[in-house]
Amino acid sequence: MTRSVIELRPTAEDRRIARHAAAAIALTVAEAAIPLPLPGVKPGLANIITLAVLVRWGWREAAWVSLLRVFAASLLLGQFLAPGFFLSLGGALASLIALGGAMRLPRRWFGPVSHSILAAFAHIGAQLVIARLWLTPHDGVFYLAPLLGAAAVLFGLVNGIAAAALLREPQDPDMERAGTDGVETRQDTPSRL
Amino acid sequence: MRPFRAWRELLQPGDYAVMAAGIALCVYAGFNLWRGGAPDGVIVRAGGNIFAETDLSRARRIAVPGPLGTTVIEIEPGRARVAADPGPRQYCVRQGWLTHAGAVAICAPNEVSLMLTGRGGDFDSLSY
Repeated sequence: MTRSVIELRPTAEDRRIARHAAAAIALTVAEAAIPLPLPGVKPGLANIITLAVLVRWGWREAAWVSLLRVFAASLLLGQFLAPGFFLSLGGALASLIALGGAMRLPRRWFGPVSHSILAAFAHIGAQLVIARLWLTPHDGVFYLAPLLGAAAVLFGLVNGIAAAALLREPQDPDMERAGTDGVETRQDTPSRL
Repeated sequence: MRPFRAWRELLQPGDYAVMAAGIALCVYAGFNLWRGGAPDGVIVRAGGNIFAETDLSRARRIAVPGPLGTTVIEIEPGRARVAADPGPRQYCVRQGWLTHAGAVAICAPNEVSLMLTGRGGDFDSLSY
């Protein structure tokens, strides 16, 4: 009997995605402990990570981080395949599409705050459509739209500022190198973007 | 605003524009969705049949004939009332201006009723 060994070599990109997704998942779980005034209104702190990854590493990595976060966080919170999960997934997909467009805006004029607010509006838009078509087949859900929109502006601004502040930090050289030399990544240093 | 200076440096000019557009969108949606109860039309019935059905956009008076005489309905933009009625107790006249969708003034003796229509009425149907 021969022993077959499957060796998975994570690339630097894989490790980066895993790290960023882990940070995003931690933020989502922490956020779940915050009491919310209205169902559906929450800060979406994990998007700070998505926004920073988008600017620094591009749309593909941001999409990985965002979707990994949606799946893993819903598993952790016991929401997987519950209605909340589909709202979250739909919102994340719509946000990613919006971010794909927003990142093409001229950088000199539009920063992470713009990306954040546009993605937040795409997020609530998709959630309202899903809620209207599936969860609450009544136009009453649209009465929430102005409130959700106000929350999108407020939390979009807050998350955008946080992402912009993160992007001011120097880049962690570890992120480029990680994994390529086969050495264990360092666990003791605080992870920076 | 000193404490916010560090934050403001993180904002680009276009960011303010996006924020303003977002707020404008919310206000616009709020005005359009939360006009709940604002009437958009009026239905006048005489003897159980619809005598007139019209919008509330311009002022006018409608004279409605009934068994006791003529009831006068007065319409102004956004509101309507029974201005005069030959009934003995004048309940429908004393109700004054009706301003909410679903509001009704009934002049029973003269068999005339005035009802405001629109989204967000307080009931599904009414029969009398």
